[in-house]
Amino acid sequence: MMGAVLAAVAGVAQAEELVVYGARGEQLVKPLFDAYQKETGDSVRYVMDKEGPLMERMKAEGANSPADILLTVDAGNLWQASQMGLLKPYKSKLIDANVPAHLRDPAHNWTGLSIRARTIFYNTQKVKPADLASYADLASSKWKGKLCLRTSKKVYNQSLVAMMLAEQGKVATEKTVKGWVDNLATDVFPDDTKLLEAIAAGQCDVGIANTYYYGRLMEKKPDLPLGIFWADQKGKGTHVNISGAGLARYTKKEAAATRLIEWLSSTKAQNLFADVNMEYPVNPKVKPDVKVAAWGPFKQNLINVSNAGSRQAEAVMLMDRAGYR
Amino acid sequence: MPGTRAPLRRLPKMSALPALKTAAVWRWRLPVLLLSLCTLVPLGVLLPALFNPDPGIWAHLIDYLLPQLAVNTAILLIGVGAGVLAIGVTLAWLVAVYEFPGRRFFNWALMLPLAMPAYVLGFSQLGLFDYTGPVQTLARAWTGSSEWVPSVRSSGGVVLVLSLAFYPYVYLLARGAFATQGRRALEVGQSLGLSRAEGFWRVALPMARPWIMGGLMLALMETLADFGTVAVFNFDAFTSAIYKAWFSFFSLDTAKQLASMLVFIVFVLVVFEQRARGRRAYTASARGGQQPRIALAGVQGWAAAAWATLVLLMAFVLPFGQVLWWAYQGWAEEANAVLVDNALRSLMLSAMAALLVGAAALLLAYAVRRDGGGFNRLLSRVATLGYAVPGTVLAVGVFVPVAWLDNQLIALFGAWLPEGTGSILKGSLAVLLLAYVARFMAVGHAPVDAAMHRISRSQEEAARNLGLTGARLVARLHLPLLKGGLFTALLMVFVDVMKEMPITLMTRPFGWDTLAVRIFTLTSEGEWERAALPAVLLVLSGLLPVILLSREENKG
Repeated sequence: MMGAVLAAVAGVAQAEELVVYGARGEQLVKPLFDAYQKETGDSVRYVMDKEGPLMERMKAEGANSPADILLTVDAGNLWQASQMGLLKPYKSKLIDANVPAHLRDPAHNWTGLSIRARTIFYNTQKVKPADLASYADLASSKWKGKLCLRTSKKVYNQSLVAMMLAEQGKVATEKTVKGWVDNLATDVFPDDTKLLEAIAAGQCDVGIANTYYYGRLMEKKPDLPLGIFWADQKGKGTHVNISGAGLARYTKKEAAATRLIEWLSSTKAQNLFADVNMEYPVNPKVKPDVKVAAWGPFKQNLINVSNAGSRQAEAVMLMDRAGYR
Repeated sequence: MPGTRAPLRRLPKMSALPALKTAAVWRWRLPVLLLSLCTLVPLGVLLPALFNPDPGIWAHLIDYLLPQLAVNTAILLIGVGAGVLAIGVTLAWLVAVYEFPGRRFFNWALMLPLAMPAYVLGFSQLGLFDYTGPVQTLARAWTGSSEWVPSVRSSGGVVLVLSLAFYPYVYLLARGAFATQGRRALEVGQSLGLSRAEGFWRVALPMARPWIMGGLMLALMETLADFGTVAVFNFDAFTSAIYKAWFSFFSLDTAKQLASMLVFIVFVLVVFEQRARGRRAYTASARGGQQPRIALAGVQGWAAAAWATLVLLMAFVLPFGQVLWWAYQGWAEEANAVLVDNALRSLMLSAMAALLVGAAALLLAYAVRRDGGGFNRLLSRVATLGYAVPGTVLAVGVFVPVAWLDNQLIALFGAWLPEGTGSILKGSLAVLLLAYVARFMAVGHAPVDAAMHRISRSQEEAARNLGLTGARLVARLHLPLLKGGLFTALLMVFVDVMKEMPITLMTRPFGWDTLAVRIFTLTSEGEWERAALPAVLLVLSGLLPVILLSREENKG
C-alpha cells in the first residue's frame, strides 16, 4: 500500500524490484543500479557471493529462487550455469544488436557486458616491444628464467589456456604451457598485481595479466617501468573474456529483467559498467575510458568466449600435467 | 574432602515403569543428539556424493594431485602442530608462572593475533617479505642481492604464518590451565625433588594436557579447513583440491568426496586424542594460583620478554602496521557510513553467536558429564567436526537442506502463504546462527570441556549433600568453576565469527553485510589495499572482547 502510494507520488508506474545474484564486486555494480533506478524506477537487490556458491544456491532454491538475473565474471562460469540449467534464454534483438556475437552465448543463455583483455606486460628497461610477439612465444627459450605467471588456479589463466586448446589443439597447447613453466623466473603469483609489481621490480622481464590490474597499478604508481603489449596481433588476436549476465531460469519478472540486461548493454550504461574497473565496453559503439584508450587499439580474438567453459576442465588438467601450479 | 561419601541420588535401578526408564536414558542424550544434528545435517549433505565418483576426475587427481597433497597435508599438520605448541605453550607458561618485564602487558597482548584473519596475516606477510616488499628491497639496496633472504612463498613460510595465526588457541587454553595449577604443579614437583624444568615436563605439562590438546586440535582443524592463507602462498593443501574440483572441474560431487575424506581424517585425530587422554583425572586438588609468581631475574627475564616481543611483532604488530598503512593510503576512498553499518552488524552477529555457541557448548559438555556413555561421547565429538570442513562446503551443507525444507513447506502450505512467497526459513537470522553453531561448536566446546574436567565428582557429591540439585547445582557449583573456560569460549567464538566469510555470505539475511563480507567484495576483484580499512575495523572490533576478558581476569 505504502509502496503503491509512493510510486504514484513519484509518477512511476509499477516499479519492479529485481533480484540480481552476482559475483562481480558490489562497488562495481552499485552505481549502475542506482542510475537504472533513477531512470526507470526499477530497483535492484544485489546478493553477492562467489560464483560456485551462488549457483548451488539457485539450484537448491529451484522454482522458489528469488533470483531474476545471474551476473558473474568469466564466461566459464556463465557457461557452467547454463549447463546446470539455471538460466533461461533471453528474447531480445536489442542485446544481440549491442553485443558482438563472440561475446555472448550462441544459445542466448547469457551475454557479455564488459570485456577483460589478458595480455603481455614487460619491463620497459629490459625488454623492447619488438622482442615480443605472442603467448606461445613466451614459451621459447629466449625467455628462460624471465617469465612471471599467476597461478593456474585463477580462472583467467584457465580460460586463456582453454581458448588456446580450442584453437591450436592439445599438442601445441601443452607444448606452450610446458615452455612457460620451464621459463618461470620464480614460483607463480597469487594475483595479477603482485605479478606486475614483480616485473616492475625486475624479478622477471615479462608476464601475462589482465589490463585493468595494470591500469589500477599505474594510476597509483605512474613511474613504474611497465609496458603493455597486445599479444597475438599478427595471429588471431588478444585473448578476451567477459563479465556478463543471464536470466535466471525461474524469474517471475522476465520482461523487467530483460530490460535491465538490455539497458546494461546500451550506450547509456556501457561506460559506467566498464570504466569503473577500467575494462572495455562490449558494445562497439561505445568508446573505452580515456585512460584505457591510451593503451591503444587492439585486435581481439574472435573465438566465442563460451569455449572458456566447455574447455575449462580439460585446460586445468593440461596445466596440472605440465606442472603449472 | 568429604569424609563419608553419600551415594548419588539416582533413579532406583529396578524402576517399575519402562517409559520412565527410557525417559531417564534420553534425558541427557536428547540435548546431545539435537546439538549434533546442527553438524550432522550439513555433513549428511556430503554423503550422497560418495556413491557417485567421477572416474575421469579421480584418475587425474590420483595421478597429479593427491600424492603432493598427502605430503603437503602432513607438512601442515606436523609443522603447524609443532609451531603452535612451541609458541603457545612456552608463552602461556611464561605468562602464567613467572614474573618478567612486561608480563602484565603480554598477558593480554598475546591474544591479539586471534583478531587477525589468517589470510590477512598471510597477505601482509607476503607484502612485507616478498621480492617486491620492503625487506627484500632494502636487502637489495644494501647488499646488492636479496637472494639470500629465505622465500616466504614456501612450505616453511606457510607453516610459520599459520602457526603465528593459530597459536593463540593453544596459548589461551594452556594459560588457563597453567594459571590455576601451574605454580602448584611446580611446588609438587619440588617436593618430589624435581628441578623446575623437570617439574614442567613431568607434572605441569601432563596436568595441562586436555587444555593444550584442545587448543592444538582447534589450530589443526582450522589449518585443514583454511583456504585463504594457503591460496595466498599457492601452497596446495586439501582445500585447494576441493576448490579445484568444484570451481575448475565444475564437479561439486568430487569436492564433497574430498571434503568427506578431510572430515574423516579429523574425526580419527579427535578420537585418537580422546583415547590417548583416557580416563585420567585432571581435577585440581585445590584452588591454585595463590602461590607467588617466580621472578625471572636479569638475562632470563629479558629473554622471556624478548621471545614474547618477537612473537607479538611477527604475528600482530608488523602485519597490522602494514594493513594500517594501506588503510591510511586508501582512507578517503573507503571511509563511509556503510562501513559503520558493516561493523555494527559484525559486532551484533558475533555477540549473538558467541552467546548461543557458548550456551550450546555448556549444555553439550554438561550432558556428557551427566551421561558419559558411548552414545554421548561419540555424538559430542561429531558435533565439533564442522570446524574442520572448508567454510564454503559447510555453507552449501547448511543451505541445501534449508532450501529443501522451504520448498517442501511452500509446496504444502503455499495456498495459505502470501502470493510469491519464496522463502520461509531461508535468509533468516536463525538459520545463520544455527550455521555458526555447526561451524564453531568446536571452538566453544574445547575450553568449556577442558574446564569441566577440572570439576571433580567429589565436589559435585559434596554440593548434592548440601541439597543442591538440577539448575541450582549448575548455577552454584559448575558455573563459577567454569567461568574461565566459558569466557575463553565466548572470546574465541566472538572473534572467529567476526572473521567468518563463506557461511555469512551464503546464509545471511538480505542486507546483513558484515565487515568480512565487505572485505570479500573488495578482494574478489583483487583490491586488497582497498580492503585494508574494513580489515582494520575487523581487527579493532575483535579486540573489544580481548580487552573485556583481560579486565575480567584482572578483577578475578
